[in-house]
Amino acid sequence: MRVIQNLGEWLDARLQIAATLRETAEHRVPRETASWFYVFGSAALVVFCIQVITGILLALIYAPTASEAWNSLQTLNFNINLGWFIRALHGWGSNFMIAIVLLHMVQVFLFGAYKYPRELTWIVGIFLLLMTLGMAFSGQVLRFDQDAFWGLGIGASISSRVPVMGPWIVKLLLGGPIIAGATLSRFFALHVFVIPGLLIALIGLHLLMVLKLGINDWPMPGRLVRKATYVKEYHELTQKDGIPFFPAAVWKDLFFAAAVLLALAACAAYFGPFGPSGRPDPTIIQTAPRPDYFFLWLYALLSLLPANLETPFLLIGPVIGIIFLLLLPFLFGEGEKSWRRRPLAVLTILLVAVVLGTFTNLAVNAPWSPVMDAWSGNPIPPQYLQGRSALERQGAAVFQLKQCHNCHSLGNEGGKRGPALDQIALIQTEDQMIRQVIQGGGNMPAYGKNLSPAETTALIAFLKTLYPAGRRPARDASRVQVTQSEAPPPKATNP
Amino acid sequence: MTVPDSLSRRAMLMKLGIFLNTVIAAVLAVPVVGYLFSPIARARKAGDSWLPLGSLEEYPAGETRLATFRNSDVRPWDGKTADSACWVRRIDEQTFQVFAINCAHLGCPVRWFPQSRLFMCPCHGGVYYEDGARASGPPERGLFEYAYKIAGGKLLINATELPTPGSPSALVNIGGKIPCA
Repeated sequence: MRVIQNLGEWLDARLQIAATLRETAEHRVPRETASWFYVFGSAALVVFCIQVITGILLALIYAPTASEAWNSLQTLNFNINLGWFIRALHGWGSNFMIAIVLLHMVQVFLFGAYKYPRELTWIVGIFLLLMTLGMAFSGQVLRFDQDAFWGLGIGASISSRVPVMGPWIVKLLLGGPIIAGATLSRFFALHVFVIPGLLIALIGLHLLMVLKLGINDWPMPGRLVRKATYVKEYHELTQKDGIPFFPAAVWKDLFFAAAVLLALAACAAYFGPFGPSGRPDPTIIQTAPRPDYFFLWLYALLSLLPANLETPFLLIGPVIGIIFLLLLPFLFGEGEKSWRRRPLAVLTILLVAVVLGTFTNLAVNAPWSPVMDAWSGNPIPPQYLQGRSALERQGAAVFQLKQCHNCHSLGNEGGKRGPALDQIALIQTEDQMIRQVIQGGGNMPAYGKNLSPAETTALIAFLKTLYPAGRRPARDASRVQVTQSEAPPPKATNP
Repeated sequence: MTVPDSLSRRAMLMKLGIFLNTVIAAVLAVPVVGYLFSPIARARKAGDSWLPLGSLEEYPAGETRLATFRNSDVRPWDGKTADSACWVRRIDEQTFQVFAINCAHLGCPVRWFPQSRLFMCPCHGGVYYEDGARASGPPERGLFEYAYKIAGGKLLINATELPTPGSPSALVNIGGKIPCA
């Protein structure tokens, strides 16, 4: 013990930081902030440290070249002792990071922490959020597989829509005219040097400001922030009723960090690493690229926006969003902090959460994507074929062969891009079906050139049988007037 | 006689020092910026390159086939990413259409279905007719088309860069409006 103490004194005689460290650790914080609501920031820092450590460990093996990156990931997964676990920690760490950073942001927003005098802390936080998302995207690129390759193509397509500058931005993004070795190299530089360097610098600034300005006081309804008096009030709060951060408040941070680390390790051990999926070979086109979890909402948005709104929305939407977040502390820098008296703030959070959740949930199922192998892989359920005439069954064959099944489901099998056709005969008459098939429209291709009259006749005969038992199919009253007699409807679908 | 601090010799030398460093930094910035923007110059150099897609016999008239080609400006460590794919539609003996594999919406690889004579995109559900015109879904235009020529019984295309909705390259605009116009 004596030796350690001597060594400590020797070091501090030269470094002269022990007093500062002690002062920092024991700085006084408002009593109520020793709360479980105030643990997300430190947890994000802990996960960030995990990402740095596991990232360095992965870089010992990973080969950042387009030809070898995928192979080196396979080596990490299968040939390096516990390489899979380090990859899993890093991959799950990125999911945890984004989740905790978002929780942290929601907490400081609802507790009014962005108000005077902590405006700059919030602004630096916005940049930290953007960089965290940048790390997530560039990290996905470094997992250089099919999803990464085509994901880059999507990124290039979005960037190319910037007016005038678009094509240049694409080339700067890709490092050349196509997605290739130069692309991976620059994303490696971004992911390993540029963004982490900026992150470390900004985290330092963020923390420094938390220490200098003091942790946000617990918002009391009715205790308003006024620039003239706030600093004095906060000082009184911490001095009269404050507690030292260490050890009075820090134990909750430590416990939460431990819980997060445990959950992270458990996810990594149980679920394992992410991918890599197929080789990044541009000539293998049998692939349906999907973004990682935290960008699924964007994938849904890109599928559901009307075509003419897409470019403005993609280019202007994020700019407006970021500008609003940056201006927030200046627009609402004073006044009520408590979320109990800020219904608009609570509603905003709820709205954003519901929108992101809904879009993410939609993107998991991706009803807008055709099921590319439904025509050959999902047979028509037998009850739709039993007791049908030869012509109607021929129509069912046309339905499969012409890939109708890729977009239309029968018995819940097949694509969801177009409407399910199980009850189509209830909704459309024969003439309406023919028009829809031949001319298309309403987001359906026109099949006029690709179906012979005989095929069309057979297909419509099959579609006319698709209605539930006990109901009458749609009929065209004017036709009845013309013919004066209505043929009996074909046999129903569901006996 | 006293001289104000701002006029002293030391202050002047400090200002001169800052000025010298600024000039040198500006001079050094030129090569750095040039280096950073070299991908644009590199893409321009790739300019006019005709890439072979193989002999004409590989493409029967009336059919659409997948073809692969090696890009012109590649590096040894590009691996398989040096290759690209495209769809070749042979209309008759001398008439072709060569479509980029990339959907005109966001660049996912479209697949050809010869039975229904449609291209379908697995990402957001874009669909195109056999001539590349937009049929349905989110794309704002038809498929990107490469310029082609026939020389010595071989099919060649002019492919210089990844086709994207905003790129005004040598690609032919078919079946629709110009995006972002």
